[in-house]
Amino acid sequence: MKESKKTYWKGLEELAQDESFKKYAEKEFPEHLPVNLKKGGFDDDGNSSRRDFLKLMGFGVAAASLAACEAPVRKAIPYLNKPVDIDPGIANYYASTYVNSGNYCSIVVKTREGRPIKVGGNNLSPVTKGCVDAQVEASVLSLYDDARLKKPFLGGKPSSWNEIDQDITGKLRSISSSGDKISLVSNTILSPTTKAVIADFREKFPNAEHIVYDTYSADGIKSAHDNLFGKPVIPSFDFSKADVIVSFAADFLGTWIAPIDFSNQYVKNRKLGDGKKTMSRHYHFEANLSMTGANADYRVKVKPSQEGLVVAQLYNFLAKKAGAPGYNTPKVDVKFIEKAGNELWSKRGRSLVIGGSNDPSVQTVIGKINDLLGNYGTTIDINAPLNYRQGSDKQFAGFVNDLQAGRVGAVIFLNANPVYNHPQGSDIASGLEKVKLKISTSDRMDETAALCDIAAPENHYMESWDDAEPKPGHYSLMQPVIRPLFDTRQVQESLLTWAGSPQSYFDYLQNSWRTKFYDKDDSALGFQTFWDQVLHDGVYKYESAKDVSNADEEDTSGKPLTGIEDLSAQFSDINKNYKADNSGFELVLYQKVGLGDGSHANNPWLQEMPDPITKVTWDNYATISLTDAKALGFSMSSEGDTNYANLTVGGASVKVPVLIQPGQTKGTIGLALGYGRTHAGRVGDNVGVNAYPLINVSGNILKYAVSDDVNIAIDPERTKIARTQTHQTIMGRHIIQESTLEEYKKDPAAGRVFPKIATSEGFKPPGMISLWKGHEFNNHHWGLMIDMNSCTGCSACIISCQAENNVPVVGKQEVLNRREMHWIRIDRYYTSDEPEEELGKIQTLRSLEEPSDNPEVTFQPMMCQHCNNAPCETVCPVAATTHSSEGLNQMTYNRCIGTRYCANNCPYKVRRFNWFKYHDNDQFADANPSMNSNLGKMVLNPDVTVRSRGVMEKCSLCVQRIQAGKLAAKKENRRPVDDDFTTACTSSCPADAMIFGDMNDPNSRISKALKIKEKDKTNVEVGEPRAYHVLEELNVNPNVFYLTKIRNKDSEGEEA
Amino acid sequence: MSVTASVRKPLITGGKTAHDVTEDICRQVEGKPTKLWLTAMAISLGALAVGAYALLMTLWEGIGMWGLNKTVGWAWDITNFVWWVGIGHAGTLISAILLLFRQKWRMSINRAAEAMTIFAVICAAQFPLIHMGRLWLGFYWALPLPNTFGSLWVNFNSPLLWDVFAISTYFSVSLVFWYIGLIPDFATIRDRATNKISKVIYGSLSFGWDGAAKTWMRYESVALILAGLATPLVLSVHTIVSFDFATSVIPGWHTTIFPPYFVAGAIFSGFAMVQTLLLVTRKVYKLEHYITINHIELMNIIIMVTGSIVGIAYITEFVIAFYSGVEYEEYAFINRMTGPYWWAYWSMMTCNVISPQLFWIKKIRTNLAATFILSIVVNIGMWFERFVIIVTSLHRDFLPSSWAMFTPTFYDMGVYLFTFGLFFTAFFLFAKFFPVINLAEVKSILKSDSLKIRKKEDARDMQEIEDLENK
Repeated sequence: MKESKKTYWKGLEELAQDESFKKYAEKEFPEHLPVNLKKGGFDDDGNSSRRDFLKLMGFGVAAASLAACEAPVRKAIPYLNKPVDIDPGIANYYASTYVNSGNYCSIVVKTREGRPIKVGGNNLSPVTKGCVDAQVEASVLSLYDDARLKKPFLGGKPSSWNEIDQDITGKLRSISSSGDKISLVSNTILSPTTKAVIADFREKFPNAEHIVYDTYSADGIKSAHDNLFGKPVIPSFDFSKADVIVSFAADFLGTWIAPIDFSNQYVKNRKLGDGKKTMSRHYHFEANLSMTGANADYRVKVKPSQEGLVVAQLYNFLAKKAGAPGYNTPKVDVKFIEKAGNELWSKRGRSLVIGGSNDPSVQTVIGKINDLLGNYGTTIDINAPLNYRQGSDKQFAGFVNDLQAGRVGAVIFLNANPVYNHPQGSDIASGLEKVKLKISTSDRMDETAALCDIAAPENHYMESWDDAEPKPGHYSLMQPVIRPLFDTRQVQESLLTWAGSPQSYFDYLQNSWRTKFYDKDDSALGFQTFWDQVLHDGVYKYESAKDVSNADEEDTSGKPLTGIEDLSAQFSDINKNYKADNSGFELVLYQKVGLGDGSHANNPWLQEMPDPITKVTWDNYATISLTDAKALGFSMSSEGDTNYANLTVGGASVKVPVLIQPGQTKGTIGLALGYGRTHAGRVGDNVGVNAYPLINVSGNILKYAVSDDVNIAIDPERTKIARTQTHQTIMGRHIIQESTLEEYKKDPAAGRVFPKIATSEGFKPPGMISLWKGHEFNNHHWGLMIDMNSCTGCSACIISCQAENNVPVVGKQEVLNRREMHWIRIDRYYTSDEPEEELGKIQTLRSLEEPSDNPEVTFQPMMCQHCNNAPCETVCPVAATTHSSEGLNQMTYNRCIGTRYCANNCPYKVRRFNWFKYHDNDQFADANPSMNSNLGKMVLNPDVTVRSRGVMEKCSLCVQRIQAGKLAAKKENRRPVDDDFTTACTSSCPADAMIFGDMNDPNSRISKALKIKEKDKTNVEVGEPRAYHVLEELNVNPNVFYLTKIRNKDSEGEEA
Repeated sequence: MSVTASVRKPLITGGKTAHDVTEDICRQVEGKPTKLWLTAMAISLGALAVGAYALLMTLWEGIGMWGLNKTVGWAWDITNFVWWVGIGHAGTLISAILLLFRQKWRMSINRAAEAMTIFAVICAAQFPLIHMGRLWLGFYWALPLPNTFGSLWVNFNSPLLWDVFAISTYFSVSLVFWYIGLIPDFATIRDRATNKISKVIYGSLSFGWDGAAKTWMRYESVALILAGLATPLVLSVHTIVSFDFATSVIPGWHTTIFPPYFVAGAIFSGFAMVQTLLLVTRKVYKLEHYITINHIELMNIIIMVTGSIVGIAYITEFVIAFYSGVEYEEYAFINRMTGPYWWAYWSMMTCNVISPQLFWIKKIRTNLAATFILSIVVNIGMWFERFVIIVTSLHRDFLPSSWAMFTPTFYDMGVYLFTFGLFFTAFFLFAKFFPVINLAEVKSILKSDSLKIRKKEDARDMQEIEDLENK
């Protein structure tokens, strides 16, 4: 075989044997693989390899995409060293005390991770009994108010405490030696220890004086009791013991002296059920329709110029019966005065007559009426006076005189703002120019502070130590629940410093309590234990003091001590000052339930809280009657479009919008104080007009009703008033079911309406017909019961809900657009007149739209009804709203796509849509600071989501609280009970009008209150005859029940 | 005695031949855009731009840009939605139902009517999307898609979900139906095209149509099948849209009469819209021989009949509200008539119930100007009908405390304008680049009905006979 000569080549390169081939011929991979590159990833020729290209590209793409999705900056930083008493996610509660210009409330502050987020009532307090009002609830937001001063100011420039302290002590020394007065100006101070600090200060500076005034003076009552009993005090009242209450324009449920205490007492004798078939009868004589007037059984319209005469008439009527001397007065024709007189007389000792007037003569006569009725010692206790209003109009008038005469060398405004909230504000402002040293301790650069040289800003009450004595023998402590947010110092500390005391106020307070209480307490415990206990409870009752005073009173209670018997001076005063027929307009200045004296003006929650009566937010306005409006040419559209009025009182004039108010006495105009701030902050500035300068100062008496020289004229300019409810009447619908006490006694189901649905088998109750199988509630079944007899309309629940559930504030324009976000609202309905003749259907409906001239008013709190056959649940295309296994209608924000179909299909219109992004949005930065600034956001409840734009929201029955309560019970291995949960609204209600609980638990309050009969797993059968479902005929089967409203008035026939 | 069948009036006048038809229709497609068309297009695009601004602001800032509030959660958005859907009924009705009933007169109007349907449904579909608070999630969360959210599924109880299915089905079927019809005509244009671009575009649009008998046969059967599919849809879409209201609890919405009443209303408004558009197209494109007075009269009769049905429905609603004895129902209807929105109610009544009755008079229903005006009036009325149903029912429902008024903002109007811009832009593009009349179908009715052809044929026959005789 021949050897083959054939050669096989791998390629032309082999054949040619070129250099580059030979170089790699022995290698496994003949191509040049760039694996051993030089640094930099380039091969010998300077080209980058494919691998490197891919590596770089991969990195580049990854880096670019990582950079594109910016990691959000999270500011939640875990504790490096965890404080002992703070567990993330677990709330801490501290008892404390709310005090604001004489208003008092014993509270419990809820903090989360060290941030106060919610205020609740302190159940241990025998004074406020766990009740709160809207202002107390809202005060937590003021803590995070950006308008608060962040450090002291000297001559308008930021300064330091050392600097101002030096300046002040130096000047005080020189002024003190010059003999000029040093005036400390404050509102009522409830703290005995603060008073002691002031006393020390006055000791150090003998020419110092302490001037106290109130933003709404109650000096008249004090003068009256000085006249009658020789005691210049405001006695305590007990509305719960009164069977007949006659109030002359005292808005005791809303704003008068101590509305929290009074509301709680009042409703005790308004509740029915459990065998109680009696309730108090309430007569109210007033000019404006107040919230209290709205709750009255008989409300009579009286002009302020007649008020004195009406009181005098009642006195004469009762004096005749009692055999006491009567006095001549002009006769005023007022309805129901004799009826009231007769009933008062028949309920002697169980009645109460009060008056809101600041006229000492009128108050003296009222005191005398109560004396005739033997109410002192039963419903009125002169020996347990209320400390809430300690101001003296006379003293303040003296201060203003001194100021203008240049006799005051130094003035220190202790959290007082008289330039704004005193009728002589402008006099004070001009007088201040003559003062050498002007200091304000206000927490913000308010109207007064702006005129002072030095601002020494005070802490918020949640950052301070203090105590309070609302009534003799009742004490409570205020403790800081957060470290001062800014470089501020509490006023007592400042006074101590300026008086040269080295003590801190905390030590001062503790020492004072040690000597005053602990040393006299027989307790074997150490002081620290005693202190801790009081601090824990928040309140302390000093029994021994009471015992001592009781011993004194034994023989004198109910009898005038040194009082005058002859009232002829008072009557001549009344005859001189009051007229039976004043033809001119009269102005009545009042405080609003929400904003009060205006110190909270920068609090958007209160600004947006609808007034209980007018339902107006973000404004004050002149209320006038329809008759007057027509005569003067004012008109107002249903959507709030209205005229401005030029209101002139003496020399002062304001331009205010006009609101036509049913129930307003003809010839009178109402205007709220507390608005028109110019130095409150971004929220409160220039909202409404300032009505303080319109208060009549005659002699040393501040009169809140002006009867002379009041003129009102139409202004061609129109404006809009933002109301949350624009339709006023019930339209004859059975949404409100009501009856009278008389009927109720006969039949507890009086006033109830039982709708029936026609079927082929006859009429059936709506609950019998359903497409739905119903839900089974095997564990819990939550329910809410609302007693419309107890609800006074005070709106504390609205603010409580807002704080608890992070409900945004939307501002005036959005309220005008009818887009307020409140989860709970209080529907206020007026009655309308029965048409005089038989009308056609359309005319009847027309006439139902017009409220009566003096309507009866009903308040109906309205929130998600948690229907078991919920119309909203079936229509949501994405199942974002569903029913829970415990009967709650749940809203899943994350799932919501915002079709608003659920809101349309809700018969109660309780669903709220996020029309805009309310958080982190400059558009809402002014109105809604709690969601738009880092400071404001501290108030948010971390348990509740802040909703994004485009989703629906609504009441959840505080599901987060239910969950917390269930977990607490679970940890203790027991079934949850009533005390484990309440909703925010229920917890805040001073009238105890709401009961929340588990309807599956036969021992729960709600089960008992509703008298739930043997309940199967699906249906609730309620035994309480007053309980009803709103819109029962729809058979949406809500878990919220209402109790009928029962008025204590005689049947129509007798009334006429 | 001899019986003579009367000769039906021709559906296409002017003695058009098949070639004339091709020329008349293709002229518009092949020619340069006219000044009039350019002006109309510019106006449409302007409206679209202004509307797009309003839409963008709404999407950027939130639904709060509109005038809605806590009580009135829907207003112009859903009014416009229902209005456009209603308009979108005529096309399919004409093509499908009239096809099944062998109404040959439909052939010269069905193409434009169907196009209008498609565009109207597109416009309508904007609103359920735009009105969502969170469109960026809603557009796919509202679909029953398998997802990784756990067991999350859509709520099949919700009429809004039914809408999603109803509208999307209707839109798909209408679109396919319309397109299938266009294919032979595209082929005609393709064959006539002289420039390359047109050839490519119309070539691809015509899906390789070859005009073979088999192709024609398939075409016919697909058309018939689709007509059969589309027919129930015409009735179902507005029935389901009406469920949005009928299944709710709100007085004025909660009404069992809604499905037939809505369908009648839809046909009513759809025909009016077709009328409006065709009268303009006819004039501009000089199609008087194709869209004859006869067509217009027939459509006016349908408008009159459906208008009367709608009128009866309005009255029935009232009677039932009173008969029910439910105070909320009674109030809802009294409030419509006499409440703050009385003007909307009476506008609706005048436009929808009274104005179509004028068509009883032959002079009016054969008068072009009167028809044109009334066709617009009807659609104004139908817009008010939806506004009345939605807004006046919502603004005063059960609890008087929540009663409120609705006032539209610029953005409400802007978004409505946006859909007008969209509609007319699409329609003008269609009118310029697509054959506005179905060439193939119209040619089929020439032979049987055209006098000119008959005469020509007669003449030809005579000629043939003569020729034969001559031989």
